[in-house]
Amino acid sequence: MSRKDWPLFEIFLRSRNGLNHKHVGSLHAADADMAIENARDAYTRRGEAVSIWAVPSSAIVASDPSDKDAYFEPLAEKVYRHPTHYDIPDEVKNI
Amino acid sequence: MTTATSTPTSTIDKNALFTYALRLGDDALILSHRLGELVAHAPELEEDIALTNIGLDLLGQVRALYTYAGQVEGKGRDEDAIAFLREERDYKNLLLVEQPNEDFAHVIARQFLFSAMSLPFYEALAKSSDETLAGIAQKAIKEVRYHVSHSAKWVIRLGDGTEESHRRMQDALDALWMYTGEMFVMDDVERAVLDAGIGVDRESLRATWNDTVTTVLTEATLTTPADGWMASGGRDGRHSDHMGYILTELQFMQRAYPNMTW
Repeated sequence: MSRKDWPLFEIFLRSRNGLNHKHVGSLHAADADMAIENARDAYTRRGEAVSIWAVPSSAIVASDPSDKDAYFEPLAEKVYRHPTHYDIPDEVKNI
Repeated sequence: MTTATSTPTSTIDKNALFTYALRLGDDALILSHRLGELVAHAPELEEDIALTNIGLDLLGQVRALYTYAGQVEGKGRDEDAIAFLREERDYKNLLLVEQPNEDFAHVIARQFLFSAMSLPFYEALAKSSDETLAGIAQKAIKEVRYHVSHSAKWVIRLGDGTEESHRRMQDALDALWMYTGEMFVMDDVERAVLDAGIGVDRESLRATWNDTVTTVLTEATLTTPADGWMASGGRDGRHSDHMGYILTELQFMQRAYPNMTW
């Protein structure tokens, strides 16, 4: 029997209602159903989740690592984009 | 393991109740051991974790059942003494659960045929007048529901898969079918516990089991084997050759280093 590797799925868990799903890792599964079951067994053994998302890794569009400088570097010097950059005048009660 | 402790009702023969808890525990222990043999040997890493998880669920059920059996017996035996320090004839598990992991299809067939019975069994036991057994059953239902779903999906994938996976799945079902009859037998122990309002009428589980099995096998394009001669003896401690090998491995540490703990 020819044996091909199963496709890869990215797994996201929601730990509590109200929180967003967070990426926890990836695993192989033959189909989407199996991806959910495998994720249940691999990532939720200690009560980590109330919900699981499985996304085919091939569906993820990623930024190019070589674009890193162009994309993210300039932001380092734009400190004024952080609220902590500003002193709040005492007179301002609510902001 | 925390389970409510109830005093066994006085109307029930203590021996029957002890044997009943032991049988359920032995089914789970031996199946759990078979699944444990697959650690690092399952066809895929993810399935390795899935199967051993099922084994651990079963082992949790074993602990509660043996602890209770020990209390009912009242001779001071704890779960370890019951698990590790008995002779082959004292194990009362179904012959089905001791059948070897011939290939992945056998592992899945064994799990599916057993869990499809186990689920309606525990659903019925959850209504038992014995609070401890009802409590153990309520916890087990959620676990076993997953065991049914996981194994059924594999039966369908393999049955409705390639030519080879179909053939292997059918072979496994054909080979294990003769061990399924024992799951529904009502002998003196089962009757005594049922009459006391504690046990489950196993004969009544057959219709549900048939439905589950037929539905899944049909979707899997597999043929439901015909009922022929059915093997039995496990409930009385008469086992297949495999049992001795299982116990040798299972009991090795306690036999080599008596009273060891970790």
